[in-house]
Amino acid sequence: MAQTSSADADRSRTQVAPSEQYNYEIVKKFTIMTLVWGVLGMGVGVWIASQLAFPFLNFDIPQITYGRFRPVHTTLVIFGFGGNALFATSYYIVQRTCQTRLFGPKLAEFTFWGWNLAVALGAITYMLGYTQGREYAEFTWQIDLLITVVWVAYFLVYLMTLLRRTQPHIYVANWFFMAFILATAILHIFNNLAIPVSLFSLESYSLFSGVQDAMTQWWYGHNAVGFFLTAAFLGMMYYFVPKQAGRPIYSYRLSIVHFWALVFLYMWVGAHHLHWTALPDWVSTLAATFSILLLLPSWGGMINGIMTLSGAWHKLRTDPIMLFLITSLSFYGMATFEGPMMSLKSVNALSHYTDWTVGHVHSGTLGWVAMITFGSMYHLIPRLWDTRLYSVRLVYVHFFLATIGIVLYITAMWVAGIGQGLMLRAFDEFGNLSYTFIETVVFLHQPYVVRALGGGFFLAGMLLMAYNIYKTIEPVRRGAARQAASGRADTTASASRA
Amino acid sequence: MKHETIETNAGLLIALTLVVISIGGLVEIVPLFYIDDTVEEVEGVRPYTPLELRGRDLYVREGCYTCHSQMIRPFRDEMLRYGHYSLAAESMYDHPFQWGSKRTGPDLARVGGKYSNDWHVRHLIEPRAVVPESIMPGYPWLARRDLRYGDIEQRMRALRIAGVPYSLTEEEFAANVERFGEETARQLDITRARENLEAQARRGNYDGDPSRITEMDAMVAYLQMLGTLVDFTRYDEGYFVEFR
Repeated sequence: MAQTSSADADRSRTQVAPSEQYNYEIVKKFTIMTLVWGVLGMGVGVWIASQLAFPFLNFDIPQITYGRFRPVHTTLVIFGFGGNALFATSYYIVQRTCQTRLFGPKLAEFTFWGWNLAVALGAITYMLGYTQGREYAEFTWQIDLLITVVWVAYFLVYLMTLLRRTQPHIYVANWFFMAFILATAILHIFNNLAIPVSLFSLESYSLFSGVQDAMTQWWYGHNAVGFFLTAAFLGMMYYFVPKQAGRPIYSYRLSIVHFWALVFLYMWVGAHHLHWTALPDWVSTLAATFSILLLLPSWGGMINGIMTLSGAWHKLRTDPIMLFLITSLSFYGMATFEGPMMSLKSVNALSHYTDWTVGHVHSGTLGWVAMITFGSMYHLIPRLWDTRLYSVRLVYVHFFLATIGIVLYITAMWVAGIGQGLMLRAFDEFGNLSYTFIETVVFLHQPYVVRALGGGFFLAGMLLMAYNIYKTIEPVRRGAARQAASGRADTTASASRA
Repeated sequence: MKHETIETNAGLLIALTLVVISIGGLVEIVPLFYIDDTVEEVEGVRPYTPLELRGRDLYVREGCYTCHSQMIRPFRDEMLRYGHYSLAAESMYDHPFQWGSKRTGPDLARVGGKYSNDWHVRHLIEPRAVVPESIMPGYPWLARRDLRYGDIEQRMRALRIAGVPYSLTEEEFAANVERFGEETARQLDITRARENLEAQARRGNYDGDPSRITEMDAMVAYLQMLGTLVDFTRYDEGYFVEFR
């Protein structure tokens, strides 16, 4: 459609450089923090993966035992790495596609400091033993309040920027970002309802209990995946894939249909995390049904993204950024096929509680979320700093390190999960259980070693990216500093002449 | 209506999105608070005693739920391994629920009474001393640290607001006597929380050291009561199926 964002058009219309026309400073800050949290979060991930393979790595130190460190990993990668990537790209995309400057620079600045403070405080408090004990919502109640305020500010910045757009249409990427902002607000508030022990205590008890609490938590938990890690990253996809490919989105009609279907269906599926539990059957059956339906809009998005490259497939041979973007969509397609399959009650009976789920999540988060972020960042960063990437070859190396890492990770978890699932339900000829639980733990050792290795590959790629970006940005910063210094020298010289 | 109307109007886009994303949660969550069959009627389930409650707090603090579930599913292998499948009623006083999502270690919903206190203490201090193949971290600090329970009344008050029948007034106490029997009702009395906690720790001597109350006392007290409240011999198997 005509509304596909074309930066070239607006550049020719206005005489100002994009870096002055738009607020790039805030985008830069979020971009840097994406890399910082990425390195830290994935580092902790490799560490806890190694703890499962070699338990002595817990060292009897309370702050880094697996139970406290695992939420540190999930929080740093989801909210640190993923969250900052979303703030960065959404602030960039909303400005470019609305062709207007970001509303409220101070408010946007507040979202940066507030969000990153929340992530840092979260990691520290978990290590000290303060947690709500809810997966992906472990933040204590004070941090939850901080996040709520930040989120309202984010909504305002985004909405007001949309309202002062110079284009009649709101580009499709912004629909996804807006849905993500709204859904995350609702989920965050209702899942974190809690009664504090006292005004000055970091501890609280959830308002709901047992079965209602479980349902609320997984309604939240799965939509942290659905909206935070999917809808919003689809927004990212809808801008950066067409931009990098230099072609309009494959089908405008498909983007409309799959947007509405996706945001409607996702909210129903959380209960597939609670199959065969004390949750009433009618809820888990509904969730399974909608999970299967969800395959359609998920693949709608994947097809729309991949087919955007149709007629330009040769770019995959020459452009490593395109490789990242298209591979991420392939993993997205794979994970969104695996998900509905695992939500079938009979499959879930085997897969639930095992590492298969962990592998599934990581094919989504490493394969889809992280890969689309890497691709988008490699596209974005040279434009933000108005320079060229330090090394395209390193981008290639990063791509292959990441891909090898993911493949090792996922296959190890398939072996671990399916293997353990089968062992636990095996009976001998007399009808007794064939294996004790601890025998399955012994079996898991090798897959756990391979998984840690896969994570190590992925982390190595992340470190390489951080190095590449540092070498990309540093000369620009030094150049700017020199310019500023010589500018000052000029003015003092002219002042003394006068 | 053409889609163009929506995508040229931010307010409309937001309003419609809000409607569309609200439906799923409303249909699936709200009825759970109103359909009576969601939580079974079963005898024996009671709120945690003060000492057990502090043990549960520690269970949450250490992130035990990242490796252990507390939800037995109705399968033959799980019944043989862990016992009767979990009932919704058994976690009705759990704020937050700790059903878990991953079994790196075994399910703990009915671990209570399966091992001795001494086994638990040694296992928590150094898991590989009793189970050589275990990959569980050690928790030696539980045995070293004194249990903090100065705010036990505040904790029970907070839970009371959330709906747990801990009693503050005479009427509430009388209602608890009616519902749970006198002995349990006394344990649920917030005004006697501190003495109850100390008495249970002394009586149970969970960590083997009667001279002080450690975090280990609370943790083992909690683990030893898990899944022990309902007497399943008193119920016909078909009874619980009605509620599924």
